[in-house]
Amino acid sequence: MIPVEAYLDHAASTPARPEVVEAMLPWLAEHPGNPSGAHRLAREARRALDDARDAVAALVGADPGDVVFTSGGTEADNLAVDGVLGARGGVAVCGATEHPAVLDPVRLSGGVVVPTDAGGRIDADALAATLDAVADVRLVSVIAANNETGVVNDVPAVAALVVEHAPDAAVHTDAVQATAWLDLAAATEGAHLVSLTGHKFGGPKGAGALVLRDGATVAPVLRGGGQERERRSGTQNVPAIVGLGVAARLVATDRDAAAARVGALRDRLEAGLLAAVPDARRTVPGGVARTAGVAHVCVPGIESEALLFLLERDGISASAASSCASGAQEPSHVLAAMGVDRDAAVGSLRLSLGHGTTGAEVDHALAAIPAAVARLREHAR
Amino acid sequence: MSAPPVMVAMSGGVDSSVAAALLLEAGREVVGVTLRLWGGESDSGCCAVSDVDDARRVCDALGIEHHVFNLGDDFDRHVVEPYVAAHAAGRTPNPCIECNRHVKFDRLLHRARALGFDRLATGHHARVAVRPDGTRRIARPADPAKDQSYVLHMLGQDQLAGLELPIGDLTKDEVRRRAADLGLRTAAKPDSQDVCFITREHGRGDFLSRRIPLTPGRVVDASGAEVGRVDAVELVTVGQRKGMELAGAAAPRYAVAVDVPAATVTVGPAGDLLVDATPVEGFTWADDPVSGPVLVQASAHGPADEAELVADEVRWAAPHRRVAPGQSVVFYDGDQVLGGATAC
Repeated sequence: MIPVEAYLDHAASTPARPEVVEAMLPWLAEHPGNPSGAHRLAREARRALDDARDAVAALVGADPGDVVFTSGGTEADNLAVDGVLGARGGVAVCGATEHPAVLDPVRLSGGVVVPTDAGGRIDADALAATLDAVADVRLVSVIAANNETGVVNDVPAVAALVVEHAPDAAVHTDAVQATAWLDLAAATEGAHLVSLTGHKFGGPKGAGALVLRDGATVAPVLRGGGQERERRSGTQNVPAIVGLGVAARLVATDRDAAAARVGALRDRLEAGLLAAVPDARRTVPGGVARTAGVAHVCVPGIESEALLFLLERDGISASAASSCASGAQEPSHVLAAMGVDRDAAVGSLRLSLGHGTTGAEVDHALAAIPAAVARLREHAR
Repeated sequence: MSAPPVMVAMSGGVDSSVAAALLLEAGREVVGVTLRLWGGESDSGCCAVSDVDDARRVCDALGIEHHVFNLGDDFDRHVVEPYVAAHAAGRTPNPCIECNRHVKFDRLLHRARALGFDRLATGHHARVAVRPDGTRRIARPADPAKDQSYVLHMLGQDQLAGLELPIGDLTKDEVRRRAADLGLRTAAKPDSQDVCFITREHGRGDFLSRRIPLTPGRVVDASGAEVGRVDAVELVTVGQRKGMELAGAAAPRYAVAVDVPAATVTVGPAGDLLVDATPVEGFTWADDPVSGPVLVQASAHGPADEAELVADEVRWAAPHRRVAPGQSVVFYDGDQVLGGATAC
């Protein structure tokens, strides 16, 4: 029997939607123009870029001039941290469950990492205390939805807290994992800088954006020809940015319906696993808000690496934690910050659903995963 | 019945590349696995990131799945920590043997079975011989210069039943030729050297000095008279000649004993290195325990010498060079491995 395929790794990357691919193709095959040029072909490329800029601005609730296109989420996050510190000096602060694209530059710059609660959300009291204690905080970064667990931070509340305790600080949010599921304008309200990337919501890899609102400024990290209003040099990836723009329009249209449908599938998947796999437990405590796409469980007595091997042979693509971390020997820093003990984290499983996920894929996963866990437990010693 | 699927441990070197290719040619279902064991620095050609890349690209070229297993915790616990502890005690450990014993042929073999692979293959130069009674032994390979039977001596019947060594019948030159014929990128890759977690750039002393205090010590002769100094007693191996600042004396002198608590290395002329017997401990057997006359090999590529195994002692037929405590001694019957133990 040929196994049913189930792609349950949308938090790592989503398939590009057909409309996105169709819109991109002419910009790969037919249009040679460099958007910085002056002639007709260049102006065509420039127009395509600006159409995409309009779409991203509308999605986030910003002016088109606020949108800086980047190569993706990591570059946007790096530009937010290093760019704000480069322009304004001072200290950066972030939570312990941030994506490494924020965490690493914050640490490297000598910034402060604030603990989180058991849900992985930044601890408001600890953040307030840090902002009161450290005089020159110029950036606070808080992830909108966590890439491993889908846990949602209350960004507007964090932004209000920052206004109260460190009015000179800009607020950045990594909204890479939130874009597919949340109304970004509402979910990131109060944040001055917002990162997103196309391939997490039906767009292509290689195009993302840092959106600068309310007069936020960044010193460039990439220097050169002065593209993106001197904020990010380098010829723009026109085909991918066109795709990003189309994905932004699509997600604005059908996000809420997709979130409702996929959220129900996710709940069925998670409930089914907890019922069928003895001792399995949800990694995220009940009552903690999450995006619709992620089911995250810890399965005692097995190792994710072995489980993922068996699942792959059953046609299921999934991850242990984040896809960046696969290959790392240390357990996830997100689970560690949430206080998940190492033994439980060894058996963590992230199943992430997306726009195209079907009930048949969930059924297949519900049949295959308990059997694979049982097999591994039989061989445990 | 079709041949069972096989998991191939692929280091990223030419031997395991060809092992996978031969199994595939034989019509087997093959999956390649590379172990990631050491998170620190490495430049030896065993655990470096570039070696994982090579293994993956060879699997891509062969059209087989490639997986990476992180067994770093096991490697730390069973290989690196005992290695450091052995040096701290003035012994000379063989970490590759401990890796085979605890990681490749215990942890990985166990995982392979849990994942539905009753067969595990490696690119070791050795053979699995089947005796008339159906039991198996590790046996010497076609290429004596590359013989790795010594480092596989700890395998018992359960492990041997699931082990395949596809390149044991080939010489190294033949392995390289097969790899070149197949266009494998590893065809001309140099053999891995040394200990994978110790870099050539910084060396063993640097590695150990970051983990244990190293003891400067005296070098004395058999009479107890000081004849020199060493920076670190823990780094001296019995049999060693170089690296000790020895005054006077015309004839070369060798380390014959290392005493870490006393911070003393005893040296003597070549004759002092010879012993009639070597005490051993920690026996492992391919099948039933053996005693009496055997051939004994005391280093990876050393000679196999005649000896008699009596209780916990190897009694050499002719005076034998001292075996550094911590080194493996391996017992052979002809070209087949009977078992092994550790010199103490």
